[in-house]
Amino acid sequence: MNLLEMKNIRKSFGELSVIRDISLSVTRGEVVSIIGPSGSGKSTLLRCATFLETIDSGFISYMGQVAAQEDATGAITYCTHEEMKKIHGYFGLVFQNFNLFPHYSVLKNIMDAPIVVQGRQKSEVREEAMALLEKMGLADKADFYPYQLSGGQQQRVSIVRALAMNPEILFFDEPTSALDPELTIEVLKVIRQLAEEHMTMVIVTHEMQFAAAVSDRVIFMDGGIIVEEGSPEQVISNPEKARTRQFLDMYNNR
Amino acid sequence: MSFFTMLETMSSGMLKTCAIFFLTLLFSLPLGFLVSFGRMSKNPILRNIVKVYISIMRGTPLMLQLLVWYFGPFYLFQIPIRGYRFTAIILGFAFNYAAYFGEIFRAGIESMPQGQYEAAKVLGYTKVQTFFRIILPQVVKRILPAVTNEVITLVKDTSLAFSLAYQEVFSIAKQISSSQTSFMPFLIAGVFYYIMNYAVAFAMERMEKSMSYYR
Repeated sequence: MNLLEMKNIRKSFGELSVIRDISLSVTRGEVVSIIGPSGSGKSTLLRCATFLETIDSGFISYMGQVAAQEDATGAITYCTHEEMKKIHGYFGLVFQNFNLFPHYSVLKNIMDAPIVVQGRQKSEVREEAMALLEKMGLADKADFYPYQLSGGQQQRVSIVRALAMNPEILFFDEPTSALDPELTIEVLKVIRQLAEEHMTMVIVTHEMQFAAAVSDRVIFMDGGIIVEEGSPEQVISNPEKARTRQFLDMYNNR
Repeated sequence: MSFFTMLETMSSGMLKTCAIFFLTLLFSLPLGFLVSFGRMSKNPILRNIVKVYISIMRGTPLMLQLLVWYFGPFYLFQIPIRGYRFTAIILGFAFNYAAYFGEIFRAGIESMPQGQYEAAKVLGYTKVQTFFRIILPQVVKRILPAVTNEVITLVKDTSLAFSLAYQEVFSIAKQISSSQTSFMPFLIAGVFYYIMNYAVAFAMERMEKSMSYYR
């Protein structure tokens, strides 16, 4: 059974068709990277998968539970509020701009949702949060506020915040695009570590070497469609399609 | 009339001024939230009703609004109401200030980055939890300086109750001044308003400081 199943997704903003018939399925433990030029629809695809955008047509399910499908007339229907609540527990999303809650300390940023949303025991959540911070080398920052941290530290905290919900799958929307090269490395190290632990992940990124190194599968998107898809060796090292080659050449020669 | 007799006579007015001040805040702050929600509503009918309400409240003098609240029921519907004076004043102030507070709250809520809502949504917070746990605390910090301005203006505006012959501090000052041909009551009133606003500014600054632990 696929952990995530997206079929024939379409999404347009007004006249602009951003995603044109994309299907994507992810199995447990798989690391999928999505690369491609700006405006190719990569982020929108993640936003559709995480229900920050509603799809115009297609099908989405998590763990075999249908989240969105077309009814007999072709209109999209999303599952009930209760079912959606459950499905929201299956995934986490790490944003480009971190989106930490500035009025909460690092520890509270991590602990609040597990306690408030999942109704878990405070002591148990605290233990888990501290263990995750320890792992990320941020234990000494537990009582800091986001503004006191570097961008790299903030992004690692936001990864911990997502992990504390114990998601089945973690999405990353250009997690290092707001960071300088040095900070990028410390964030990529963390994601690589998660990949080694077989965390299921879908990563939208512009870091080609990184994508090649951690991914089981790479997807190249352009103009709202999947142009090429396969192992990193296939897509990044020996791309078949002219458009993929053109994009990667431009990236390599910058 | 000695200075202390004046002060004593005026003290009942000071209490009444404080009553207008606190009751107006008590009603206009929650009402302001309703106004801001109505103003941001997706329902065009509700949104436009609130827009017209704000426009009238901000576009006409508060003194005139007080007169309408007090005399309106009688002149429009021939209903005489006894002991209505203080209620009319509070109604007039609360509805007027709610319009201003509503716009301040709206500015604060709309200034929140979309990412905060999105992060909360992905983490599974409900809309109510998102508003009260994530959005509101940050909005309060953002709007506090603007609210301070309004509250300080309110202290001084309480003197408009004078137009309904309500015996707050300014009305009494004017009466004593006329009867005693003395300038002293105005000085006392001025010092009273100043001290009250000093206290307001002090309290609001403390509140701002208590929220300065984050940026």
